[in-house]
Amino acid sequence: MSAYDKVLAARAKGRPTGLSYIENIFEDFIELHGDRRYGDDPAIVGGIATLEGQPVTVLCMEKGGDTRDRVRRNFGSPNPEGYRKSLRLMKQAEKFRRPVVCFVDTSGAFCGLGAEERGQGQAIAENLLELSSLKTPVVSVLVGEGGSGGALALALADRVWILENAIYSVISPEGCASILWKDAKRVRDAAECLKITAEDMKSLGVVEEIIPEDKEFETVYQTLREDLAATLSQLMALPTEELLRKRYERFRKF
Amino acid sequence: MVNLMGLFRSPQNELEKNSGEAEGIRNACPRCGVLIDLTEQQENLGTCPNCGHHFRLSPRERIAYLADEDSFEELFGDLRSHDVLGFPGYDQKLRNAKLASREREGVICGRCRIENEPCAVFFMDPNFMMGSMGTAVGEKITRLFETATRESLPVVGFTVSGGARMQEGILSLMQMAKTSAALGVHSAAGNLYLSVLTDPTTGGVTASFAMDGDIILAEPGATVGFAGPRVIEQTIRRRLPQGFQTAEFLLEHGFVDRIVPRSEQRETIGKLLRMHRKGGGAQ
Repeated sequence: MSAYDKVLAARAKGRPTGLSYIENIFEDFIELHGDRRYGDDPAIVGGIATLEGQPVTVLCMEKGGDTRDRVRRNFGSPNPEGYRKSLRLMKQAEKFRRPVVCFVDTSGAFCGLGAEERGQGQAIAENLLELSSLKTPVVSVLVGEGGSGGALALALADRVWILENAIYSVISPEGCASILWKDAKRVRDAAECLKITAEDMKSLGVVEEIIPEDKEFETVYQTLREDLAATLSQLMALPTEELLRKRYERFRKF
Repeated sequence: MVNLMGLFRSPQNELEKNSGEAEGIRNACPRCGVLIDLTEQQENLGTCPNCGHHFRLSPRERIAYLADEDSFEELFGDLRSHDVLGFPGYDQKLRNAKLASREREGVICGRCRIENEPCAVFFMDPNFMMGSMGTAVGEKITRLFETATRESLPVVGFTVSGGARMQEGILSLMQMAKTSAALGVHSAAGNLYLSVLTDPTTGGVTASFAMDGDIILAEPGATVGFAGPRVIEQTIRRRLPQGFQTAEFLLEHGFVDRIVPRSEQRETIGKLLRMHRKGGGAQ
């Protein structure tokens, strides 16, 4: 598969969206709404669930199912209140010392009037700052599109994994082609040059693990359930200071 | 020795067009249209004497009006970007940026004193690929915060950036995480970070260290936002309202503390640094 084929696969209709991972991997999911500042962004879903009896704060970007749902969820492009909701739930997880698991799938943070008025940049910046010292383990899984800062806002984590056909990029291949070459049709070249595939992420040290995909995603859920359970209990056993030092070093190397 | 470089390069900014031989030449202000004598503009710290429009400045020009005389000591000046991903045309872009800016990278870091107050400083460079953040820019800023943490120094940072440097792909995105983490450690140790947003500050820099200042100042009229204006127009398919994403717009919406014209920056920053002196406060 070429890099651009991966882009198409990551965006494909029918590919499981964020909530599918929460529902298929965890038990007892209870969704919690709102950022306590402005509103509730349906593009980011968060709450508490259990994994093998361990309470976990779970977060995902959700692109939506049918057309109506997709519109309601802004096609998975979060507004500032989405990031602020995620931060609220992460701080809550820290307070109760439960781990955080994020499923990342967004073409990017929303670029709209309201998003700018309400501080899209500030919201992402605050997430990054707070996540870098959050005193509880965080694991992020890139499950579809990892669109730039809007994705990173939920992926400054102790472990970052990526699905075989997911992508992670600083800019969309379309954006890159039109800015660099003034030619949106060179999107295939851009996808290639940007190095956005799961293999690229592994070789650049951006992710620790690639999760193989199967047609029905049953194996994906199964693998994630087992790996998350094992990794979270490993991370929970670390003294906080060591956890934070390792998280610092993880990103310091880039 | 004759500086041959000067023969082959065009002026790097509005100020320089008037250095020496250009005396008497006038430029139209992009905002009010008035013809400005460039010597006058230079004396005005790169602002229009008629309407106060703030022209973009290079790091060295910033140092000249902000830092106490001869107090600036550059740090990490040898760090530079490499074409790690083998991105087509990037090497050439880097060469051009070096010629245009006469710097090695898109940010200049160091220690200096401002109104006698010691601090660590960084100045992003609009002439180096519009201050875009790649690994070298991220590394220099990270090292500056780490140094400032070790030495208990406040950090004063002037941002100007078109965002992440796409030629370094995901590695440039990782700089947002790296710089945020270093800034977080500096902050947790009780140190002051004062960010000054200048035109333009956008993208990954806005979404990381630009908006993380304990105190956030901005220059009048500076464009500051997450998404660039053109991207937003393409997304929402209509024109942006007048004044959208200006420093004044951010002030109104509660995202900056103060707008400080260039002529007052030295004094304001000096005062703020004095009021954050460690172990004793203002003296």
